[in-house]
Amino acid sequence: MNGPAYNFAYLDEQTKRMIRRAILKAIAIPGYQVPFASREMPMPYGWGTGGVQVTASILGPDDILKVIDQGSDDTINAVSIRKFFVKTAGVRTTTTTVEATVIQTRHRIPETALHEGQILVFQVPIPEPLRFLEPRETETRRMHALQEYGLMHVKLYEDISRHGEIATSYAYPVKVDGRYVMDPSPTPKFDNPKMNDCPALQLFGAGREKRIYAIPPYTQVVSLDFEDHPFAPYRFDGTCALCSATDSYLDEVITDDRGSRMFVCSDTDHCATRRTHGHGASSLCPQDEGEKNGLRAGPGAAP
Amino acid sequence: MYVAVKGGERAIENAHALLAAVRRGNPWVPELGIDQISEQLTLAVDRVMSEGSLYDRELAALAIKQARGDLIEAIFLVRAYRTTLRRFGTAAPLDTAAMDIRRRISATFKDLPGGQVLGPTFDYTYRLLDHGLAGPATQVSASLPEGQKSIRIDGPGRGDSPSTPSPCREGLPDALSPLAPCEIAAFPRVTDLLANDDLIEPSPISEAQAGDLTREPLSFPAGRDVRLQNLARGDEGFLLALGYSTQRGYGRTHPFAGEIRFGEVEVEMFAEEVGFAIPLGRVAVTECQSINQFRGTATQAPRFTRGYGLAFGQCERKAIAMALVDRALRAHDLGEEIKAPAQDEEFVLSHSDNVQATGFVEHLKLPHYVDFQSELGLVRRLRESFAASSGRERGVGIAEVAE
Repeated sequence: MNGPAYNFAYLDEQTKRMIRRAILKAIAIPGYQVPFASREMPMPYGWGTGGVQVTASILGPDDILKVIDQGSDDTINAVSIRKFFVKTAGVRTTTTTVEATVIQTRHRIPETALHEGQILVFQVPIPEPLRFLEPRETETRRMHALQEYGLMHVKLYEDISRHGEIATSYAYPVKVDGRYVMDPSPTPKFDNPKMNDCPALQLFGAGREKRIYAIPPYTQVVSLDFEDHPFAPYRFDGTCALCSATDSYLDEVITDDRGSRMFVCSDTDHCATRRTHGHGASSLCPQDEGEKNGLRAGPGAAP
Repeated sequence: MYVAVKGGERAIENAHALLAAVRRGNPWVPELGIDQISEQLTLAVDRVMSEGSLYDRELAALAIKQARGDLIEAIFLVRAYRTTLRRFGTAAPLDTAAMDIRRRISATFKDLPGGQVLGPTFDYTYRLLDHGLAGPATQVSASLPEGQKSIRIDGPGRGDSPSTPSPCREGLPDALSPLAPCEIAAFPRVTDLLANDDLIEPSPISEAQAGDLTREPLSFPAGRDVRLQNLARGDEGFLLALGYSTQRGYGRTHPFAGEIRFGEVEVEMFAEEVGFAIPLGRVAVTECQSINQFRGTATQAPRFTRGYGLAFGQCERKAIAMALVDRALRAHDLGEEIKAPAQDEEFVLSHSDNVQATGFVEHLKLPHYVDFQSELGLVRRLRESFAASSGRERGVGIAEVAE
């Protein structure tokens, strides 16, 4: 980013205005995918260009930005996007969920409950929840317009008949405000309930597919299910080896080639905050804070 | 481990430093100059300009150097730069009939006004490795005579009588005798010659502002203007495969290369202040017009149809493939049955862009362990219930829950 000086948050103001219009429309029609003239960004499509454009358009100089990927502030994608905004916008950044005004995320919703005034920006690969049932945009737009979601229910039913349960574990479809079926981006379905009645504004940006959609604060978001097969968020039944949390979404870390593994919080801020508040590792599990050589095996953590 | 560990930031910086070193390669080998790339890897530069949709040889050459010769990466660099540029207007349509011809061939007529101009082409070379190129250059024999920028082989229009038999008409390399660049005015387009007799559908004329999919999201059905823009930016390999598929029967269009021309054209822009179009400069382009099988109706006499391809620089493969795909995509407009991938507008236009495609394909390198963890949990659960039920039912198989 040396050489030419770029506008605040990289995008020019005309482009930001175009994107803000799309965002406003998306907020006005919760769950509806608004086409927008997505720009080529200096990072590859598929690496969060939609989220980056949304964030760039809403960011102000006083904002405090948090960027996570897979729940973590330190994964390569999160680091690279955070650095991008530090460089182009000079905004303050944080890893603390409660402190952030804008949180850009890939594949997770923070464990810490969001509050009013915060904006959660999702990076979306395929915005169309019906895409893998019907590949044609012309068809899926018509299906949304007519609220013709039978195909989706058939798919979920077929899952049950084949596997005994709905075999969708992430990007689990939701219905927003009783109208549009929406793809929550590839978050694990564990996170779906957090979208419902959320005090924060949730924005979704799909750069390659050129779509923006939104869930305004305090909007009803229902995961699709059947009366006799109600939606159930999945979580591995275990405790975090670092902070002993029993209610957070866990990552599985393979620790050797003989089947040993441990489970740790996917939300690194949540985990760190708990540890500063005195929640230690489970007694069976010696830790080295995961700082250098990866995370040590905890015999107590193996299933 | 590349995730889940603190220190990702430093790892990224180290990776970038390593990349810079690997890009440079052995420091004892002289560094590649931008001018060397733009002068000696001309076709790579042309492709990057075309698919990057930015006509700038130096920037394209820089991108190729920075991308270590990965042309899609170079195209991406150029695109990301281009999108930041301010737009100050729209040029008038290029007049390719007034092209300063460097190469012009027709596969449909043995001779035609202006003649066949072979120009710089691999077409008639024997594909034998030239070991003479491996060593240091001995002489500058490859350069054109006395500052001439192109090679013209054909006679008509250079003062010769148009009926003079031209050596290149046989298309043989032994006819090659470098002559002055062709400065004759008349290189009428083959399709225009056919159109004079109404043998081919007219070239569509429109006063409407052409669409721009870098400013408006693609929507379907797309107009031909947007389709052509999409194809012009589209990946050469993708168009090549699709064009090839039409030749093999997947949406056959019976094409002839009516004309392929390569040369420089003037870019003009209408200036409100002075009331006329002012020249901005010249760009080299390759144009291909295909002549495809005729159609007629009860009310209309049969005539040939067209496919169109245009690319910056000398990108013949791209231009021909583009013309084939353009024609295939007109199936709907021409009332043809749509049954092949190349005829499917949504399929072609949604997947032609290599910057988009490479981004999404390569994003699989990003961590997905949160999703994968969900799937892992699900598969384990399903396997447990499978084991439980097959234990119960002695190999009867999975319980048919929903029945």
